[in-house]
Amino acid sequence: MTPIDYYIHLDNIYLKAVVYVLLAPILGGLLAGVDRKISARLQGRIGPPIIQPFYDVFKLFRKEKIIVNKFQNFNVNLFFVFMVFTGSLFFLGGDLLLVIFALTLAGVFLALAGFSVNSPYCHIGAERELIQMMSYDPMIILVAVGMYQVTGTFRVDAIAMYDEPLIIYLPGVFLGYLHILTIKLRKSPFDLAMSAHAHQELVSGLKTEFSGSTLALIEIGHWYENVLLLGIIYLFFAFNSLVGLAAMLILYFFEIIIDNTYARFKWELTFKSTWLVTALFGAANIIILYYSMQP
Amino acid sequence: MFFKKSPWIIHYDATSCNGCDIEVVASLTPMYDLERFGIVNTGNPKHADIFVVTGAVNESSRMVVKNIYDQMPNPKVVVAVGICATSGGVFRECYNVLGGVDKVIPVDVYVPGCAARPESIIDGIITALDILERRLVEFRKAKSEARRQEKKLRRYHLND
Ligand code: SF4
Repeated sequence: MTPIDYYIHLDNIYLKAVVYVLLAPILGGLLAGVDRKISARLQGRIGPPIIQPFYDVFKLFRKEKIIVNKFQNFNVNLFFVFMVFTGSLFFLGGDLLLVIFALTLAGVFLALAGFSVNSPYCHIGAERELIQMMSYDPMIILVAVGMYQVTGTFRVDAIAMYDEPLIIYLPGVFLGYLHILTIKLRKSPFDLAMSAHAHQELVSGLKTEFSGSTLALIEIGHWYENVLLLGIIYLFFAFNSLVGLAAMLILYFFEIIIDNTYARFKWELTFKSTWLVTALFGAANIIILYYSMQP
Repeated sequence: MFFKKSPWIIHYDATSCNGCDIEVVASLTPMYDLERFGIVNTGNPKHADIFVVTGAVNESSRMVVKNIYDQMPNPKVVVAVGICATSGGVFRECYNVLGGVDKVIPVDVYVPGCAARPESIIDGIITALDILERRLVEFRKAKSEARRQEKKLRRYHLND
């Protein structure tokens, strides 16, 4: 019995919530560190230490915070709160649809934060964030619909305890999810709205105007988000927790490789390709499943 | 202590001949790999801790240098890279050249050389890290002092 199994079968939801809220940023930060290390190795560099993201965030908390507009911090705080809320809903085994709506809400607050300042870079970043949300949202909803079709429930805990592998029923949905995962993880072909790397056309895009602890909150919120996204991958392989764990790690590695081998797409291409993948793989999978499941 | 582990730099070319800029960029390549010290080239003054300037500042880049410096949140340090940035170098006598970054903003570390080699640039940035830590202490002291004064004003209703 792996720790994941143990966690899923925990009965006390308060304990589950505490474990999630404390562990998710640690795991998310470590993943980000591993990401930077592997990226550096792929480019033939030594790379920063694995715990570098934690150094960055602790530093940001001690730095001066320049506030140009008081709504700026308000929106970022709301983004953070809703991100933690979304993750908690998911990891407490709540309703998958509610998780998706809360996730969208968190994204909207981030875009609002970008619109609340005067910098044109922030505005373009926020616009692109909205375009990205428009691109990936249909696919995320199809993930929930597909899982409902197979298991007959939207509850995450019930889906996680389903004995048959969902991936056999939902290969198309899974491929579609992989495509939008690259957007959600802000990896390279789709890192339009904000990116960790300098010298792109938008300075730092959405987070240009955020400094100090506000930037740190965006970063930590992003770690929570990454853990949640990997959790959704796990649901496809939930029949066996070891397979699920392996799938999460392998796919994260795969995303890092994509990040290092692709140039950035334009937003039109992002939008078109994502909707095409959604229709081709996601919707087709669900239609086929619908007809094959009929008695 | 965390500033030492994760300094983010912003690099600005204040009318240099581009020789030093190429060397600054070279120190980020796999050969020298500044990122192993946690150093990231952010390109955004609001995220940066270390301001790396190259070139003898002239009239048109003066306001930009000052602007970037003012936009950087405290604590911050400035590294002048290349002999142009430290004194004006061969361009010192030119009619429109101010002759050094320190004519516009306070400079903490001077990295000489024409062009400065990546090794000496890295050395200069690592030297700046210690100064950055000291700046943090000063900054926090100033902040707590400001807060104390504010409280005092509020207590005696002097601020309205
Ligand atoms: S120091 Fe030399 S290489 Fe550097 S900017 Fe001046 S002239 Fe160019």
